[in-house]
Amino acid sequence: MSKILIGRYIAGDSLVYRMDPRGKLLATIAFILLIFLANNPITYLIVTFFSLLAVLATGLKPKIFWDGVKPMIWLIMFTSLLQLFFTVGGQVYWQWGIFVVSSYGITNAIFIFIRFTVIILISTVMTVTTMPLEIADAIEWLLLPLKLFRVPVDKIALVMSIALRFVPTLFDETLKIMNAQRSRGADFNNGGLVTRAKAITPLLVPLFISSLETAIDLSTAMESRGYRGDQGRTKFRILKWSKFDLINLVYFILLTALLIIFRTH
Amino acid sequence: MSIKFEKVGYTYSPDSPLEKLGLQDVSFELQDGSFTAIVGHTGSGKSTLMQHFNALLKPTVGQIEIADTLITPETTNKQLKNLRRHVSLVFQFPEAQLFENTVLDDIAFGPKNFGYSEEKAKESAQFWLTRVGLPSEIGERSPFELSGGQMRRVAIAGVMAYEPDILCLDEPAAGLDPRARQQMMNLFVDYQKEGHTVILVTHNMDDVVNYADDVLVMENGRLIKHDSPAEVFQNPEWLRQHYLEEPKASLFASQLHNFSFTKQPLTKSDLIKELEQNIKG
Ligand SMILES: Nc1ncnc2c1ncn2[C@@H]1O[C@H](COP(=O)(O)OP(=O)(O)OP(=O)(O)O)[C@@H](O)[C@H]1O
Ligand SMILES: [Mg+2]
Repeated sequence: MSKILIGRYIAGDSLVYRMDPRGKLLATIAFILLIFLANNPITYLIVTFFSLLAVLATGLKPKIFWDGVKPMIWLIMFTSLLQLFFTVGGQVYWQWGIFVVSSYGITNAIFIFIRFTVIILISTVMTVTTMPLEIADAIEWLLLPLKLFRVPVDKIALVMSIALRFVPTLFDETLKIMNAQRSRGADFNNGGLVTRAKAITPLLVPLFISSLETAIDLSTAMESRGYRGDQGRTKFRILKWSKFDLINLVYFILLTALLIIFRTH
Repeated sequence: MSIKFEKVGYTYSPDSPLEKLGLQDVSFELQDGSFTAIVGHTGSGKSTLMQHFNALLKPTVGQIEIADTLITPETTNKQLKNLRRHVSLVFQFPEAQLFENTVLDDIAFGPKNFGYSEEKAKESAQFWLTRVGLPSEIGERSPFELSGGQMRRVAIAGVMAYEPDILCLDEPAAGLDPRARQQMMNLFVDYQKEGHTVILVTHNMDDVVNYADDVLVMENGRLIKHDSPAEVFQNPEWLRQHYLEEPKASLFASQLHNFSFTKQPLTKSDLIKELEQNIKG
C-alpha cells in the first residue's frame, strides 16, 4: 500500500516494461560505458538516436524524461560552457582574454552536452520502467559472483529490499508526526537556523522511536515465520528471460557495432 | 464562530500517477458547542476530513470557515498558527507524538508554542495530567516508560492543555479497554459542557448515540448524511447498505419480537425505559 513514489517508477505496459530487470540494468550500465566510444559527429548522432529509440520504446510521455533532465540542466550547461570557452584548437572564431571560442570548443561543448543528456535519459528509462524491488533483485543477481569471496550477497539483498519496502512507511510516519506536532503549534518552516534545528527535535525523537519499534516488530515477525538467516531462501519474484530481452540484446549489438565502425580510430 | 464547509474537495497528489480523490463536494455547517460524530466505512475520508479542520490539509477546491479564519486553496501556512491555537486535532494513535524528557514537559509543549509563559504552561500541564486520569507522580517520568493507554492519555492531555475552542479527535479510544474508553468519552463530554466544540471520529455507534448531538456520515469522500443520531439510526436497512452498525440497544430491541416500542431505542437508558413500559403493560 505505498502511497508515494519511491524511486521514480511509473506504472506502464510497453516493450521496455516487459524486459527483465537484470537485462535492463546491464543494458544501462553498458550504454553508459559505450557512450565513451563515441568520438565524432556520426557516433554521437548514433548514440543520440539509440537513446531516443529507448525513450520512445517506453511509450511514456516526453515530460517524464524532461523532468529527469531538468534538475541537472544547469550543471550540463555549465560544463558545456566551460568546454566552449576554454577549449583551444581548430579555427578560432572569437577571443577575449582567456576566453576562446574555437571550432574544437564548439564540437566539444556539443559532445559533452549530448553525453550528459543521454546518460540521464538512459538511466531514466531504467528507473521509470523498473520497480525498485526489481532493481534490487537485479543488483543482487549482478553481485552473485561475489559469493565466491564470501560476500553475504543474500543478506545485502535482503537489507536492500527491506530498506526499499520501508521508505514509504517512514515517509508516512514522518508526515503524520509532523502534522501532529504542527497541531500542537510546532513550526517547521519559519525562523533562523537555530530555531529550525530545535524545531526538529519533536519530529526526530518520535520518528526514531517508531523506526526502532518497526524494526523490532519486523524481526519478530520474520523469526516467527521461520526466517533463519540466509540459508536456502527461495524467491517470490522469479526473474525470467524472455523474447523481449532478445530485442534488448540485438539493440546493443547493433549499437556497439555501429559505434565501432563509425568512430574515428 | 460556527464551522462552515462549502463545496470542499481534496485530491491527494494531484497531477501525478498516484492522484487520489480524498474528499468531494463536502458542504455542512456545525454549531458552536456541539458534539459532532463523524462515522463511515474504513477509507471513507474521515481522517482526510478531520485534517481540514485545522488546515493540515487545505481544500483543493471550495472553502472552509472556522474559528474566524477563512481557508481556501490559496491560504498560506503563515496565516495558520492562530487557527491551530483554536482548533486542535488529536490523531489516530496520538502516542506517536510524544518526544520530551518528562511527561509534564511533553504536555507543556503545546501551551508554550501558543504563547503560555513557562510557569503557566507547567501549571496547565499539571492540571490536565490529573484531568485525563493519571496520577501526578507520573509527571516527572519519561513518557516512554508508560503503558500504551497511559501514553495515549498524555498525548491527549498535551492537546487539551491549551484549551482549544474546537477539539477534533480521530478515534481517540481505539484499542483502549472499555473502562478507559468510558473515562475518555466522559472527559470529552465534560469538555463540551464547559462550552467547547467537540468533533469525534469513531467506529463505535454506541459512543455516537450516547454522546453526540450531530452526525456526519461519510462514504467514498462524500458526505452522504448530516443529521441527528435519532434520524441517522432510524433505518437499519440504510445503515446496512452503508456498512454502519446499529447501536447495541437498537439491535437488542429488534430481537424482541413481542415487545412494541413507541420509538426505536438507541441508548441503554432509552431501551430500559421502553422495556419497563412494555412490562407494565
Ligand atoms: N496520503 C495519502 N495519499 C493518497 N491517498 C490517501 C492518503 N491518505 C489517505 N488516502 C486515501 O484517501 C481515502 C480516505 O482515507 P482516510 O484516511 O480519510 O479514511 P478514513 O475514513 O479515515 O479510514 P479509517 O476508518 O480506516 O481511518 C482512502 O481511500 C485512502 O486510501
Ligand atoms: Mg482514519
